[in-house]
Amino acid sequence: MIAEIGHFALILALTVALVQATLPMIGAARDDGAWMALARPAAGVQWGCVVIAFAALTHAYVTSDFSVLNVANNSHSAKPLLYKISGVWGNHEGSLLLWVLILATFGGAVALFGGNLPPTLRARVLSVQALIAIGFLLFTLTTSNPFERLVPAPMDGADLNPLLQDPGLAFHPPFLYLGYVGFSIAFAFAMAALIEGRVDVAWARWVRPWTLAAWSFLTLGIALGSWWAYYELGWGGWWFWDPVENASFMPWLAGTALLHSSIVCEKRGALRAWTILLAIIAFSFSLLGTFLVRSGVLTSVHAFATDPARGVFILAFLVIVVGGSLALFAIRAPQLKGGGLFAPISREGGLVINNLLLTTAAATVLLGTLYPLFVDALGGDKVSVGPPYFNAVFVPLMTPLIILGGIAPLLAWKRADLAGVLGRLRLVGVATAIAVVWALWSHAGGPVLAGLGIGLATWLAASAAREWAHRVRLFAVPPGESLRRAFGLPRAAYGMTIAHLGVACVIAGITASSAWRVESLQVMRPGESVAVAGYDFTLLGVDNSDGPNYAVERGHVTVARAGAPVAELWPEKRFYPVQQRPTTEAAIHTTWFADLYFVVGDSDGRGGWSTRIYYNPLVPWIWLGAVVMALGGAVSLSDRRHRVGAPTRSRARAAPALAPEAGT
Amino acid sequence: MLVPVRRFAYLLPVTLFLVLAGFFLRGLSLDPSEVPTALADKPMPEFDLPAVDDDTRGLATADLAGAVSFVNVFASWCLPCRAEHPLLTTLAEAGTVKLFGISYKDKPADARAWLDELGDPYERIGADLDGRIGIDLGVYGVPETFVIDRDGRIRYKHIGPITQRDLDKHLLPLIERLRQ
Repeated sequence: MIAEIGHFALILALTVALVQATLPMIGAARDDGAWMALARPAAGVQWGCVVIAFAALTHAYVTSDFSVLNVANNSHSAKPLLYKISGVWGNHEGSLLLWVLILATFGGAVALFGGNLPPTLRARVLSVQALIAIGFLLFTLTTSNPFERLVPAPMDGADLNPLLQDPGLAFHPPFLYLGYVGFSIAFAFAMAALIEGRVDVAWARWVRPWTLAAWSFLTLGIALGSWWAYYELGWGGWWFWDPVENASFMPWLAGTALLHSSIVCEKRGALRAWTILLAIIAFSFSLLGTFLVRSGVLTSVHAFATDPARGVFILAFLVIVVGGSLALFAIRAPQLKGGGLFAPISREGGLVINNLLLTTAAATVLLGTLYPLFVDALGGDKVSVGPPYFNAVFVPLMTPLIILGGIAPLLAWKRADLAGVLGRLRLVGVATAIAVVWALWSHAGGPVLAGLGIGLATWLAASAAREWAHRVRLFAVPPGESLRRAFGLPRAAYGMTIAHLGVACVIAGITASSAWRVESLQVMRPGESVAVAGYDFTLLGVDNSDGPNYAVERGHVTVARAGAPVAELWPEKRFYPVQQRPTTEAAIHTTWFADLYFVVGDSDGRGGWSTRIYYNPLVPWIWLGAVVMALGGAVSLSDRRHRVGAPTRSRARAAPALAPEAGT
Repeated sequence: MLVPVRRFAYLLPVTLFLVLAGFFLRGLSLDPSEVPTALADKPMPEFDLPAVDDDTRGLATADLAGAVSFVNVFASWCLPCRAEHPLLTTLAEAGTVKLFGISYKDKPADARAWLDELGDPYERIGADLDGRIGIDLGVYGVPETFVIDRDGRIRYKHIGPITQRDLDKHLLPLIERLRQ
C-alpha cells in the first residue's frame, strides 16, 4: 500500500510539474501576475509530492519489503540500517528518485528564498526548473519505476553490492547529486535570462550563491568518491580517470570556470554571454554524466547501472535540454550587450585566462573520455584512453592556471600594475624556490615533476596569504588597524583565500602521494616484521569472525617507529555470502602528513599471509584540501551581500573595508 | 547589425553539441564490449607462457584443446577486471567452462597479490610479462575474454568486463552451442 502511495505521489508530482512549467512561463510572457504567482506554490507542492515518494521507498527499504522488486534486488534483511537507507540510492531507480528529490528541493528553495527576485524572472526560473523535473519524472515513471511490485515476494533480498556497503559511499551520491542538480539552478537562471533577453549585474548576483552551493557540494561529492576508492579498493590509488569519474569532474571544471566568470559579470558587467554559456555547459555536463553512466555507451567500472533502452530516453532528453538551450543561446546571446573594454593586465583579464584554461581542461577530459566512442563510431578499433593521456595534458594546463591563481587576486580591476604586483610577490617567489629545492633535495632521485608540484602548491598558498596580508595592510599600519581591517574584509574575500589554500593543499597531496609513495608486497608469517619508509610493521596474527552480513578475516598489525609504538592496525578481508563477493578493508593509520596503509590478502596455505603495505605521504591533504575548498565556498556563501534583503544597509557599513579591493 | 562571423561564433556550441549527439546515437547501437576479431574462427596463435610463480601452472596453446574454455586476459592494475572476477569465479566453480588466464603486462608479485586477495579461479595462468602474446592475440586493453572451442579455435572475443547480461545474452548460449 505504501509503495502505491509513493508511486501515486510521483505521478502527482509530474502533473504539478506540468502546470509549473507552462502557466507561469505564459504568465511571464503576458505579464499576468496571477499566473506567474502559481510558480511558487507549485514548486512547494511538487517538492512535497517527491518527498512522499522518497519516504515511501525508504520505508520499503527500512522494513525490508521484498514485495517491491527494487528492494528485493538491492537489499537484504541482515543488512545494517545505514546501508538499508543508503541502498535506496545504491541502484538505478532509487538514485533517479534521489535526483528528482534534490531537483525538487532546489526548486522549492528558489521559491522559498527567491522573494527578492523580479516576478517575471522568478516565474521563468521555476518554469525551467519544472521542465527539467518533467524530463526526469517521465524517465523514472516510464523506464525505471522504483515501486514496481514483485509477486510472489521472495523470502529475502539479493543484497546490495558489498563494495557499496560503506559509509563513504553512503553519502557520496547525495553530495554528488546536490552538486550536479545544483547547477540546474544556474541553468534555469541562464534560460530565464535568455528568454527575458536581459542579463545584468543583479542577475549575476542572484546566480552566484546557487553556483557556490552546487560547486561546494560537488567538490565534497567527488572527494568522498575518491576517498572511498582509496580505502575500499585496496591498492592505495584515489583517482583512475574512469569515464564515470570524469563525468563528475567535467561539471566541476565548468562550474569552477562559472564561479570565476560570474565574478567578472557581477563586478564589471562583462562576459555576459560567456557566463550564460558556462551555466548551460556546467549543467549539460551533469546531464551528460548521467547519460554516460546509465546508457552503456562507454565501458566503466560503474557498468552495473547500464541499459541501452534507457540510453535512448536520456539521449532524447539530452538533445532537447542541451540542444534546445544552446539553440536559444545562439538566437538570443548576440543581442546581449557586452561589457566595457578589457585591459589584458587586470583582474578581469586574469579571470578570462582562468576561464580559458579551465574550459580547455574540461574539453580535454571530454575528448579523452569520449575518444573511444568516436573511434568506434567511425569504424575504427576499440581503444581505451588511460591515465597517461590525462596526466600528460593536465600538468601543462594546471601549471599556468595555478601560477595565475597566485597573481590574479592581487591585480586591480580595469587596469593593474603588473610590475608592482610581481614586486609584492617577491617573498612568495623566494618561498616557492625554497620549497622546490627542498622537494628535490629531500627526495633526491625521485621524479623531477615533484618539484614542480610542490612549488605550485607553495606558490598558491603563499600568495593567498600574501594577498590577505596586503588587504589588511599587515605591518604597513599598526596591528590594531590591521586587525580591524581583517574583521572588515567581506566574507567572499575570505572564501576565495580559503578555497585557494584548499587547492594548494590538494596539489601538495597529489604530488607527494604520486611521487614519493613507498610500497611493499610480501608474504608475512605471524610475528614477522617488515620495514617500510622507516616504520616497522609486525603481523601478530589473522583470525576469523562474523560481521552482521559477512564473514571476516581480520589481521592484527602493530606499527612502530624506532622501537616506539605508533599504531595498531586491523586490516580486514570480508566475504559477503549473499552476493558471493569479497571486499578488502584496508587498515589506515594517518599521521596527517602520511598514511600507513595495510592490506591483508590470502593465506598461502603454509601459515603465511600475503600483505601489501603502502606509505602514502601527504595523501590525507587531498581530501582535507577538498573540504577546505568546500569550506571556502560556504564562507563565501555566508557573505552578507548574498543574503536576502540585506545588501543596502550592510554595504554602507562595509564600504571602507571594500576600498582596497576596488582600487589596489 | 551583427557581423556574420560573430553570429557564427554563437552557433558554434549548438553545432558542436549536435555532432556529439550524433556520435552518441551511433554509440547506443554499438556495444563497446562486442568486437569482431580478426582471429575469429582461427586457431589460437601458438604460445607457451611461463607461470606467474611456483604456486601456479603456465599456459600453452596445447592446454586449450579438449574442452570449451575461456581465456581471460587480466591484470592487477585493471579496475574492470576486479568487477568481472566474481562472475568468472562462479563460472569456473560451476564447471560451465574451463577458465584459463593470461596475466597481461604485470609484475608477478602484483599478480600474486591480486590472486591472493580475490581468489584464483584459473586452471592455468600464463604470464605475458612484456605483452608479446597480447600483440598476437590483438589485445586492445584488459580485460578481454576469448571463447575457445574444443578444437582450440577462437570463436568469440569479449572486450571489457563480462557482466551477467553479457553472459545471459551472448556467452552462455554460445557455450551451449559449442558444447553440442
